[in-house]
Amino acid sequence: MADPILKVTDVCAGYGGVPVLHGISLEVCEGELVAIVGANGAGKTTTMRTIAGLMRPTRGSVEFYEEDVTGLPAHVMVKKGLTYVPEGRRLFQKLSVRENLELGAFTERNRDVIEERLARVYDLFPILKERSDQKAETMSGGEQQMLAIARGLMSAPKLILLDELSLGLQPSLVERVLRAVTEIRRFNVTVLMVEQRVLEALEIADRGYVIQSGRVVMSGPSGQLLNSEEVKRAYLGI
Amino acid sequence: MTLFLQIALDGILNGMLYAIVALGLTLIWGVMDVINFAHGEFLMIAMYVSYWLGFLMNIDPLVSWVASSVFVFLLAFVTYKLMVSHLVGKPALSALLATFGLSMFLKNLCLNRFSPNFKLLPVTVLSGKTIPVGSLILSLPQLVIAVFSLAVIFIVYRFIASTRMGWAIQATAMDKEAAELMGIDTEKIYGLVFGLGGACVGIAGGLLPTYMPVHPEVGSLFGLIAFICVAMGGFGSITGSLFASLLVGLVEAFAGFYIAPIFKYVAVFALYLVIVMLKPKGLFGW
Ligand SMILES: Nc1ncnc2c1ncn2[C@@H]1O[C@H](COP(=O)(O)OP(=O)(O)OP(=O)(O)O)[C@@H](O)[C@H]1O
Ligand SMILES: [Mg+2]
Repeated sequence: MADPILKVTDVCAGYGGVPVLHGISLEVCEGELVAIVGANGAGKTTTMRTIAGLMRPTRGSVEFYEEDVTGLPAHVMVKKGLTYVPEGRRLFQKLSVRENLELGAFTERNRDVIEERLARVYDLFPILKERSDQKAETMSGGEQQMLAIARGLMSAPKLILLDELSLGLQPSLVERVLRAVTEIRRFNVTVLMVEQRVLEALEIADRGYVIQSGRVVMSGPSGQLLNSEEVKRAYLGI
Repeated sequence: MTLFLQIALDGILNGMLYAIVALGLTLIWGVMDVINFAHGEFLMIAMYVSYWLGFLMNIDPLVSWVASSVFVFLLAFVTYKLMVSHLVGKPALSALLATFGLSMFLKNLCLNRFSPNFKLLPVTVLSGKTIPVGSLILSLPQLVIAVFSLAVIFIVYRFIASTRMGWAIQATAMDKEAAELMGIDTEKIYGLVFGLGGACVGIAGGLLPTYMPVHPEVGSLFGLIAFICVAMGGFGSITGSLFASLLVGLVEAFAGFYIAPIFKYVAVFALYLVIVMLKPKGLFGW
């Protein structure tokens, strides 16, 4: 395996003194699509938030491109090339599609570069171009999710974290959105995604981590996980 | 009729003064969901800065307002860093109580240092000057504040609507965490907004000694009225609080004249009660 660009080592974190993560370790290499799967409340979002800098780990370390970034605030992580597309999208609802995208590129000041990125995300999601003047809140759930991904891409991240893209979407849209994830690899971006839909996620991912009660209980290439008895029984209901 | 117009004019001028005081408060609330209870005392401090610069160094308020404003910007910024930054995101009451404590401290500090006496700059460029407009009389010091108020509101509005930093402020106001994920340093934005709120009220306080004496209690009433304007306008709405400020100025002027001078604030507070009962989120609240 190549050198990892993201290296999470023994991270513990929690809310208001209540521990949620009990020593999470994981790695992501350049160009990979890695999925974190697990049941409700397993700590997937907490893991993402800690990597993204929205929370400080109480123990352990996060390294990004061999630099120790443990505890750095989220806005600094964005500048370093790590962008988190949060659970529940968190779009600026009252702003237009285009304004949301522009805010996604906040760290870039060069107008030409921003226009170029806009063209690229419009190319990836043509619907966003059609709706560019529409308010985010008036878009459908699936369109909003695409907007959230596109907004994340506007910062031209090296690593993008995608949290529960399928949340609240009907099955046909889940498929569309997950297909979009495979398409964003065209942007030369490495992807770490969280999904409750274990089967769909592992089908598109290269590797996966299974998290249970704040611990990694299993990891490996997706095919291997999909075939393992534990995963089949616990998550796929087979 | 002349009398009626004169009262309306006085009311509007006073309303514009309230508007610039309320601007800072509404800005801070709109972005940070924090009520700065020491806002009136920031005005008082700016008035003292202006007074002392005039009294000791003969600098006219027309010039020294810049210094008053910068001084209060820094005071507000430090207040944010040392106190408020630890309280944003906590229940609104914690910041309110802390800034209430600060207001008490500032008031008593000035009482102790400068005595409770009213201090008025004897001569300033604007003092006592009036402009006749037909049969009406415009008080120049008040007019100057009203013009400044309008200009500042316009500039702040444009700044927020159309600069990069303004967009960062808007994003932070809408969703702090999402803004951070866009690469916006929300901590910096909060400090800036709190300082900016102070700077606005600092401009008003810097110009006020041209016609109003300063004393340690002078900020209390302004703070209260600004709060009413912000609540009536709809918390966080700049146009809302401008509108409410003008309304308060007018009601105050008419009630003070046609009913009784001591009745003017009764009328203002009654108006406030009626409006928040009918529209709890304020006139421009969403
Ligand atoms: N803001 C919070 N305050 C307190 N506890 C929280 C908070 N957010 C999450 N938790 C708790 O932390 C644990 C892990 O939550 P987390 O959101 O990381 O799970 P998840 O794996 O993302 O779940 P889901 O699939 O439902 O999104 C849960 O027990 C949850 O109740
Ligand atoms: Mg989650």
